[in-house]
Amino acid sequence: MAVDLLERLRARLSEDGLEAEFAHGLLAVQLPREALLETVHRLKNEFGFDLFLDVTAVDWPDRDPRFDVVCHFYSTHDHVRVRLKTRVPAADPVVDSLVPLYGSAAFMERECHDMFGIRFRGNEDLRPILLYEGFQGHPLRKDYPKEREQPLVRYRE
Amino acid sequence: MTMRDTDETLPNPVRPAFDTPSTEDGVIVNIGPSHPATHGTLQIIAELSGERVVRADVHCGYLHRGFEKECEAHTWHTLIPFVDRLNYCSALINNFAYCDAVETLMGVEITPRTRYLRTLLSEYSRIADHMTCIAASVMELGAMTAFLYLMTIRDWIYEHLADLTGARVTYSYGRIGGLAHDLPEGWLERLEQILDEYEEYVGRIHGLMDRNRIFIDRTRDVGVISTEQAVHWGFTGPILRSTGVARDLRRDTPYLAYPELDFEIPVGINGDNYDRYYVRMREMDESVHMIRQLMQMLPDGPINVDDRRCTLPEKQRVYTEIESLINHFKLVIDGPQVPAGEVYRAHEAANGELGFYLVSDGTGTPHRVHVRAPSFVHMGGLHKLLEGYQLADVVSTFGTVNMIGGECDR
Repeated sequence: MAVDLLERLRARLSEDGLEAEFAHGLLAVQLPREALLETVHRLKNEFGFDLFLDVTAVDWPDRDPRFDVVCHFYSTHDHVRVRLKTRVPAADPVVDSLVPLYGSAAFMERECHDMFGIRFRGNEDLRPILLYEGFQGHPLRKDYPKEREQPLVRYRE
Repeated sequence: MTMRDTDETLPNPVRPAFDTPSTEDGVIVNIGPSHPATHGTLQIIAELSGERVVRADVHCGYLHRGFEKECEAHTWHTLIPFVDRLNYCSALINNFAYCDAVETLMGVEITPRTRYLRTLLSEYSRIADHMTCIAASVMELGAMTAFLYLMTIRDWIYEHLADLTGARVTYSYGRIGGLAHDLPEGWLERLEQILDEYEEYVGRIHGLMDRNRIFIDRTRDVGVISTEQAVHWGFTGPILRSTGVARDLRRDTPYLAYPELDFEIPVGINGDNYDRYYVRMREMDESVHMIRQLMQMLPDGPINVDDRRCTLPEKQRVYTEIESLINHFKLVIDGPQVPAGEVYRAHEAANGELGFYLVSDGTGTPHRVHVRAPSFVHMGGLHKLLEGYQLADVVSTFGTVNMIGGECDR
């Protein structure tokens, strides 16, 4: 039943011109960022993907567009997962926020904004979460040196 | 204390979501991050009306160590000790979930003995983790005896795991394609003794807590969340199950040896603090039941797969053959070569869905390691459990949510 659902989903997505393939136990979909919100709507309302698991990004410094924004969804009814992947350029790292659909997106988008500087349109609360106010840069970008330190309180002599 | 900076030289690391009360008699208080009840350094900025929490703004990140950044500078193998330090109450589950993700990407199938051992040790860790959670949360409500009973058992488990792995808390026992080494002599006999003791001690906890008037008053109908809300806010694990649905990855997306085991999925009724306590108590019983089955099922055989891409060659051969020497050298210096690609693997950790999202560019070091940590997601919905209840309930609710700073802040 569960695989059926993913097959139906794949057929439905190919109608929209989106490519989807099975990879290591889930359905991975590559899509343009304009299609993200609408596709997630469909996932949630038509296919029952009710649990928003995760959003993160991957930095490919030599590629244009530079970033992958990766979302994972889970259906608590059918026990299957879907991964949505969309590319965003470094000059304009913006995707639509999923906060209107899933409450859990709020914190995870804040983390992604902290770490990669991806902005989520529609998420009004992108305050730092794992980092602190005033932190310069985005540490999980590949051009942020691992050794760089920014102590909020100066080290004791 | 209001959230105004009193000391000019120490900047405030957080910007509260609100700094003026919404009503005239409202007061804004700051709780944590260094408070005995916010184990794991969490800060909650709450607006109170009398003793009631009207709004709560949760801040985590005080334990952020740059785990994901650090992983990108290590080989797939040498980052295993970092993985231990995510949920340090059940480090073995982290180890195995991570190794499972890498093995999936490499197409490695672990040996039967390792598969059963990993399952057994995952359940053993789950007991230790639930014990920590229950012990801490009942202690904060004044139940010192129950705390000490649970800590006694937990310490036996820690000592017993130290016997196996050499460390009490951060074991680094998982390896890609297997485990660090096999069980020492007599380990399973001691395990049986500890499980018998467990039953004796947990029986006493049931006697002390289950129908204790103070405990019920403090936990019943406190921190309630519905199934729908819990899913919306991303709750998984015992918190989701306490709302009355049997959502458990061990049953729903079977992995390791779980499909062969007989176990129940305990669920709650109301999704309140009492249910979360009771779900954890019952889950420990189920874990014991599973461990007893696994001890019977455990087959003999090798621990590590015979695959030169990830398993170190035998020492004797490293000293006598040039091929094995080079193999050993390349595995240690360059790390196991993981084919380019990406994978998401999730295990049912003690707190919920622990997912590893790995991206490999085909070399011995990961391009990206991301952890879907249950505690972090739970903190995003914590305000839902706090708002509308008493200020004193913050302590008991926070206790039963079992936030672990290591995995929340990474």
